[in-house]
Amino acid sequence: MAIYLDHAATTPLRPEALRVLQAHLEIVGNPSSVHQLGQAARRVLEEARESLAATIDCNRSEVIFTSGGTESNNLAIKGLFWQQNSLDSGKRLIVSAYTEHHAVIDAIEWLEREQGAETIWLPVSDAGVVDLVALETLVAERGAEIALITLMWANNETGVLTDIGAVTRIAATSNIAVHSDAVAALGHCEINFSKSGLAAMSLSAHKVGGPVGVGALIVARSAKLTSLTHGGGQERGMRSGTMNSAGAAAFAEAAKQATMGQVALQARLVPLVAKLRAAIEGAATEARFSRGDAPGLLETIHYTFDGCSGDSLLFMLDSAGVAVSTGSACTAGVASASHVLLAMGRSEREATGTLRISLGYTTTEADVEAFIGAFPAAHARAKMAGLAAG
Amino acid sequence: MKVLAAMSGGVDSAVAAARAVEAGHEVVGVHLALSRNAGTLRTGSRGCCTIEDSMDAQRAANILGIPYYVWDFSEKFKTDVVDDFIAEYQAGRTPNPCMRCNERIKFAALLEKALALGFDAVCTGHYASLLTDAEGNLELHRSNEMAKDQSYVLGVLTSEQLKHSMFPLGATASKDLIRAEANERGLAVANKPDSYDICFIPEGDTQDWLSEKVGKAPGNIVDREGNVLGGHQGTHEYTVGQRKGLSIGRPAADGKPRYVLEIRPKTKTVVVGPQAALAIAEMIGTKFTWCGVAPAQVSDFVDVLVQVRAHGEAVEAQMAVINNEMVIKVAEPIIGVAPGQTAVVYLGTRVLGQTTIDRTVSAVPVSVAKVLA
Repeated sequence: MAIYLDHAATTPLRPEALRVLQAHLEIVGNPSSVHQLGQAARRVLEEARESLAATIDCNRSEVIFTSGGTESNNLAIKGLFWQQNSLDSGKRLIVSAYTEHHAVIDAIEWLEREQGAETIWLPVSDAGVVDLVALETLVAERGAEIALITLMWANNETGVLTDIGAVTRIAATSNIAVHSDAVAALGHCEINFSKSGLAAMSLSAHKVGGPVGVGALIVARSAKLTSLTHGGGQERGMRSGTMNSAGAAAFAEAAKQATMGQVALQARLVPLVAKLRAAIEGAATEARFSRGDAPGLLETIHYTFDGCSGDSLLFMLDSAGVAVSTGSACTAGVASASHVLLAMGRSEREATGTLRISLGYTTTEADVEAFIGAFPAAHARAKMAGLAAG
Repeated sequence: MKVLAAMSGGVDSAVAAARAVEAGHEVVGVHLALSRNAGTLRTGSRGCCTIEDSMDAQRAANILGIPYYVWDFSEKFKTDVVDDFIAEYQAGRTPNPCMRCNERIKFAALLEKALALGFDAVCTGHYASLLTDAEGNLELHRSNEMAKDQSYVLGVLTSEQLKHSMFPLGATASKDLIRAEANERGLAVANKPDSYDICFIPEGDTQDWLSEKVGKAPGNIVDREGNVLGGHQGTHEYTVGQRKGLSIGRPAADGKPRYVLEIRPKTKTVVVGPQAALAIAEMIGTKFTWCGVAPAQVSDFVDVLVQVRAHGEAVEAQMAVINNEMVIKVAEPIIGVAPGQTAVVYLGTRVLGQTTIDRTVSAVPVSVAKVLA
């Protein structure tokens, strides 16, 4: 049985979510149908909407269910840009950081390439923290041109946090819409949409123990965005397509469980994380905790090992039955240098020597012990392979 | 043994991996990512580094029930194979990139990484046989399938590399049998076409691709006496022995076609002449290696066979090492040998060693060539 320490990639489906999913999958009915079966399906969907709204503290009508994080990010960024740009053609500036997920970066770069957008990528510190002083200066100087600001709540690779409250306070001075990709954050830190000041926020079900293929974009009532998909006009006209009521219900249940259990889980994981980090730093003198002392998610442990290739480390650990990640995006299975680490000023060599160990609600002390048992030998081999390649 | 099966996504490497599994080894499949900007799907000729190839390799590994990973060697492949290929052409030589890849990537960078990570051997789908002599030394031999034999491109392997290599296809009589076997094993790649082209040149047009990379550098096309016969857009567009595409208006005095005899990149000159002048008697190279145990003596000429291109025939020759250069004298003059090419020396079916050809000695002295012309 493999030791699973890659919860940031996807976390096991929660039993409560599975029960909800199964129960609703067995029922027929399109939530848009007028008959009673349709009404029953609608009820499931709307209860899910209310439940998710309660979990993250937003208005029920602000929940737009989607197919996941990528769709949510695309809808938010393109939708906000088009809306802002159509009202005022002078608003063509997008402000973000190159440590974002590719679902954000690539959507922005497409707008730049195809739709006349211009992007300012904010500087980030060597811990990966976005420079909010630079943001403040930029908003003061060019606020009237900014169509939107998009900055992730928590980084999916390093776990570093962004002070979203500070971002939205700066944006408010020029009345700028802010979107945040909170896919990695949900269930791992406190998320309060109504207090955040955000115009839009992306969420994904499978990162909190819901099913893959379900997500949400939370869109503030005050915010307007242009839809990417056209059809039946579901979800406030922002996301046409038959609603996945069973998936939405399972997502809402998983989000509730993850959020309710968060404090207890973290209390349980604190000593395990400390043990794991001590073991890594004891075995690998060159190990560098990627986000340094910056605030971040407890469960996301990301290291840079200069001179070791991440794929060698991953291979050795996988051979020992321990599933972890290099953290970086894969293209056709190739772990390329992490764009996040490159944006943090690391060299290409450092950015390929990464490992992300991410813990979750099923993680046990035995899992952590298994990692600690396998790591020193895996690291020694990977180091040798790194020297051979050098 | 712990075996790393290099899986290109083709039928040969899939069957090789399957046979390694069947032989009881602990096998892990690895696909080498060699291109930084892999296309999403194949276009035209088959390459080794498209996403589709990687997925084919993964499916084969799934069917064999072995773990599968993609390892990125794109940086090293670019510097050691692609850039080397361009530089060689720019220097007026004719390189063999598959050989370079075996020498520097598959049986060097990949093998070293594999050994460091605890593997004992790298297994590939090359058609060649590893045999053991009476004293227990490893020898590399031609495969039983002569039409597919790839011992030539493995000629660069040293004794140490042979110890950690595995070529499970060597003893198979034909490619058809390999395809049939793949089919029986349920491998979807059974009918995937063979690759012949250079994997990093997508459309298969080397000259066009090179022109794109190095740009134009016009110069003269001259005969052996130095008379200018025409112009060209860059010496990299020519290889020794080439006949087509010379665009010389004036026909030769005897009306016979002219061939590229020599490329002089420093003066941007392409030298042409009659086919007979292409005949060479000797090949000499300083960069030589022995495949397996080195011969007992090489200061006196020994009888060998020599092959100068992957799909060429081996011809009778004599070989010796004189002043740290491998000298190969062919029994009968051969044509179309260019500096940069590799001469692989065989003893019967055994690969003895190889050298990159630095220079050749013409079988036809210039004075005679004048008469011939």
